[in-house]
Amino acid sequence: MLRDITLGQYYQTESVLHRMDPRVKLGGTLLYIISLFCFKNFWGYLIAVLFLGCVIKLSKVPFKYMVKGMKAIIVLLLITVVFNLFLTPGTALITVWKLTITKEGLKTALTMALRLTLLIIGSSVMTLTTTPNQLTDAMEKGMSPLKVIKVPVHELAMMMSIALRFIPILLEETDKIMKAQIARGADFESGNLFKRAKAMVPLLVPLFISAFRRANDLAMAMEARCYRGGDNRTKMKPLVYHRNDFIAYAFIFVYMVASITIGRVF
Amino acid sequence: MSLILDHVSYIYGDDTTLAVKALDDVCLNIPDGQFVGVIGHTGSGKSTLMQHLNGLLKATSGSIYFNGEDIYDKDFDMKKLRSKVGLVFQYPEHQLFEIDVFSDVCFGPKNLGLDRKEVELRAYDALKKVGLPDELFYQSPFDLSGGQKRRVAIAGVLAMKPDVLILDEPTAGLDPKGREEILEQIKKLQTETGMTIILVSHSMEDVAKYVDRIVVMNRGKVMYDDIPKEVFRHYKELEEVGLAAPQVTYIMHALKQKGLAVDVDATTIEEATEQICLEILH
Repeated sequence: MLRDITLGQYYQTESVLHRMDPRVKLGGTLLYIISLFCFKNFWGYLIAVLFLGCVIKLSKVPFKYMVKGMKAIIVLLLITVVFNLFLTPGTALITVWKLTITKEGLKTALTMALRLTLLIIGSSVMTLTTTPNQLTDAMEKGMSPLKVIKVPVHELAMMMSIALRFIPILLEETDKIMKAQIARGADFESGNLFKRAKAMVPLLVPLFISAFRRANDLAMAMEARCYRGGDNRTKMKPLVYHRNDFIAYAFIFVYMVASITIGRVF
Repeated sequence: MSLILDHVSYIYGDDTTLAVKALDDVCLNIPDGQFVGVIGHTGSGKSTLMQHLNGLLKATSGSIYFNGEDIYDKDFDMKKLRSKVGLVFQYPEHQLFEIDVFSDVCFGPKNLGLDRKEVELRAYDALKKVGLPDELFYQSPFDLSGGQKRRVAIAGVLAMKPDVLILDEPTAGLDPKGREEILEQIKKLQTETGMTIILVSHSMEDVAKYVDRIVVMNRGKVMYDDIPKEVFRHYKELEEVGLAAPQVTYIMHALKQKGLAVDVDATTIEEATEQICLEILH
């Protein structure tokens, strides 16, 4: 039931992008997102689409799989489009009843839709090709200068990786408990809002108990292995840049230059 | 009055690259009142199969008949099926949620829409059947021991008065004494009420002693489906798929090899002792 969510999941396959240093992917994605919001004309988006196309091709993740993940945000996308379409003041194009579609509205609606789609597909390429562990490693390493001003970088990264690790576990657990309660005649699908909220109790209580139990076990296991934060801790797989990573940086640099010159100036 | 599976197949993650065939052309006929053991190692599809029997999972192809009715028919009442085919999941104590034992057991019958008196009567009856002492009825289910919690969870399904009771590894994680007790209770339940019971396990020892029939699952397929004695004759093949016959079978085979004329089909310790004594007296 709940296993159909593909947004933000890791897709296992062998590609240049999967092997790339997560810092490059994280930095690249950030720059890409910033660039999307800086474009002032159509050509900028064209460059972004081309860039994204190349990256998707390199990632070897089927495009169909990514589109499937988009289903989750289609409602959000529609709301944005509708609001922009009808509520932007400007020269009127068509008037139906009390609603007016303006030229400016049409333009913003289209750019917003394009921007959001590119944003979500772009960032999902990162999560599809990077395991949560790699991602938090990259964050820890990337934020390490902040240690000087006493930011608990390692602890933050550890919390994040635990949280990410628990998402699939808790999803599976929810699925299991749900089935067990349905087998006892529970009904999660019918009735009004109040009735449905009440029907969630037999699901949420066991779920919370199980989450606490797991957290407890995890803490115990970490202590049993003498875990005590990031001080003097070495990594089994330290992050080291390879030749491909520098090429990727160069590629991102070229993209940045192109999007600034073409997307903003022309 | 029976449960029939006709060429049932099920594929997990259909239309993705990660598709797994969990059930492959399974045909079974489970008549009323039978005590069936379903055995297979982890990932052999036994839990998936059980979830089909009460309609929690829908087969990719094939059909299932309960008392002659196709459960995938449009006007078939799934809710009624679930009350007639009770499914106790693995580690069922993880589904407990009420403030006391008694109200947790009431949850099932209450969902059937019965009146309060009937609900409480059934709950009391079910708790008695699983042998939980009276003084625990109004305690929080979370304060009980592992074995007691499991009894409460089983009672929660029993209270719905199913015709078929499916237990998915009811003895997992229990000590030998708790295991013995639960299995004895289940056997007693079956002889007293004539309920159909399907016991899922990966331990031959557990199953050999109690069941009338064993279904061995391997990679989503039914490998053997016969009375215990016949199934254990294939003990070499069972080993190849990561299972084992009861230890008694091995001892009897070893004795026979050494020249003792014993019956290798003995499956329980009692039968084996009898055989060996007879042979020695000869």
